[in-house]
Amino acid sequence: MRVRSLHMFLALLAVAVAVLSACDRAPVKPREDTPAEARIVSVGSAVTETLFALGAGDAVVGVDTSSLFPDAATKLPKVGYQRTLAAEGILSLRPTLVLVSDEAGPPAVLEQLRSAGVRLEIVGAELTVDGVKARVHRIAEVVGRDPSKVLAELDADLTRARVEREKSTTHPKALVLYARGGGTLQVFGRNTTAETMVRLAGGENAVTGFDGTKPLTPEALAAAAPDVIVIPSRGLESLGGVDALLKVPGVATTPAGKTKRIVPIDDLLLLGFGPRTGKAALELGAKLRADGEGK
Amino acid sequence: MPATAEAAAMGQRGIPPRVARRAWTVPALSAVLLVAVVTSSSVGSVPISLAEIGALLLQRLGLATASAAVDTHAEILFAIRLPRVMLGVLVGAGLGLSGASMQGIFRNPLVDPGLLGISTGAALGAVASIVLGGKLAHGIPPALAPYVLPAAAFAGALVAMMAVERIARVGGRMVVATLLLAGIAVNALASALTGLLIYVSNDAQLRTITFWSLGSLGGATSRTVVATAVFLGIPLLLLVRYGGALNALLLGEAEAGHLGVDVERTKRTMIVLVALIVGAAVAVSGVLGFVGLVVPHLLRLAVGPDHRQLLAGSALLGASLLLGADAVARTLVSPAELPLGIVTAALGTPFFLALLLRERRRLA
Repeated sequence: MRVRSLHMFLALLAVAVAVLSACDRAPVKPREDTPAEARIVSVGSAVTETLFALGAGDAVVGVDTSSLFPDAATKLPKVGYQRTLAAEGILSLRPTLVLVSDEAGPPAVLEQLRSAGVRLEIVGAELTVDGVKARVHRIAEVVGRDPSKVLAELDADLTRARVEREKSTTHPKALVLYARGGGTLQVFGRNTTAETMVRLAGGENAVTGFDGTKPLTPEALAAAAPDVIVIPSRGLESLGGVDALLKVPGVATTPAGKTKRIVPIDDLLLLGFGPRTGKAALELGAKLRADGEGK
Repeated sequence: MPATAEAAAMGQRGIPPRVARRAWTVPALSAVLLVAVVTSSSVGSVPISLAEIGALLLQRLGLATASAAVDTHAEILFAIRLPRVMLGVLVGAGLGLSGASMQGIFRNPLVDPGLLGISTGAALGAVASIVLGGKLAHGIPPALAPYVLPAAAFAGALVAMMAVERIARVGGRMVVATLLLAGIAVNALASALTGLLIYVSNDAQLRTITFWSLGSLGGATSRTVVATAVFLGIPLLLLVRYGGALNALLLGEAEAGHLGVDVERTKRTMIVLVALIVGAAVAVSGVLGFVGLVVPHLLRLAVGPDHRQLLAGSALLGASLLLGADAVARTLVSPAELPLGIVTAALGTPFFLALLLRERRRLA
């Protein structure tokens, strides 16, 4: 009995190894030519936003779950979360190009896509203003579009944000929260995307004690003493609105809590570093100053 | 009456059904696995008909030239689907077999391969590579990037296994009770370290960890399959032959010794083999619960406790069930994919409970 099963496993393994080594010897050439009808699977919110901003939105046939802007993108088939992509699902959309942020993965799936002969392009996911511009350039080049209009608009917005920032006399200390349901509040510390955005908007990060994000504690809140609390709107919803946030221990006693200066802002606008980054800086700046100068 | 005569007499009166079923266990389950392999090669986000698979295989082996197949289907079949099915067979067989072996060694049906801290050790290695990998991986060429996590997970499993084995060995003897406690201790420590890494991880890493720990066969490439065939397949072939020794161990360790089984050697070898299998399985597919614990049970309910059928049968059934679950995982929310661990638990548990309730009524 066990000898028979042994033989079966040996046979199975032998077949597997034979078939697979046969596959290995037949590398598939990526299709570099641009066919009449491009079909793009876009992974990463910034990648998707950039594609649509460049006017290539019509060619997008699938996006990842983080691509929530523009609305047209949300109506497309979803290929899953960007770090747990599935090669087969992507291939079932018959893409001519798979454009992913360099956060996409797992690496083995990217390798599968390459070995299936699909053109795979990886775009830097650097979360800075330079990163935004580099992304626009790169994606425009890959899909053969002119980036100048998008870049000009971005630069104009960023310049306006800088003018506003320099004109303003106040530089509110902002604390940026990240919420996913009650009980899981995170604070953005130094060297975070949120800090970059707050600075572009003319504020300062109230949190200076640590790098990266950390769970929120009442002590940390008191130490930061923020004038304003900025929170991504979807996060605020998951928490249960402004009133629920004010009930989080420690929030009510901060200057921001006492004056109820809670600023919700669209998640992807604030943290997505897509082509709307200039607009995000303008909007956040206006919100940071609006209440403050009124008092 | 001599034993042979008694057996002969019983044969005339009618063999108990579970005994009668035994002879068919391995052939029947082999057939089930064959069906599972063929079916799951065909289903997915891109369905490929059986005829097309046949044509593509002949073409790839150089036995046919012309092909009516859609061009991308060959690439999907050979680069993604077949490696995934092969990996599913190896991992499923490995988990089923290690579950049956562990339950045999401990003479306890509640034991699963996770108990020795091997999966937790592997998970610690994987999480470490996710959280610290970015900082450490700069020297690693991009071509090797897909192998960092499996290698780290496998290393984690081996370290955990060595620690448990070392703690449990007292004067050349391995005490099963100490082994169990050592496993619990290593489990706790590895979980604590994993927790620490999760604490220092960023949001993106955290999500990667969560999804990884839910398990998937999606990362299968021809190279991972070949590596798994070596690291998991070879221990599998060695372990499946321990049915006779486990049957003797059912009587007790001293009795097994009198029957001529080298008990210490058997236990030690089997545990090392289980660790290799589980370590390799977790490394390539994440943590997949249910299969190791429940597959041996399903089989025991059907064919009884003879380990000679139980071991090979658990391997075959484990492979078939995992392939079935994976087919569901990759078609249900297509073009995205459900984590496999969710599917194995969600589909397997009700099935198992139903069987348990039915058997309970029969036994009562």
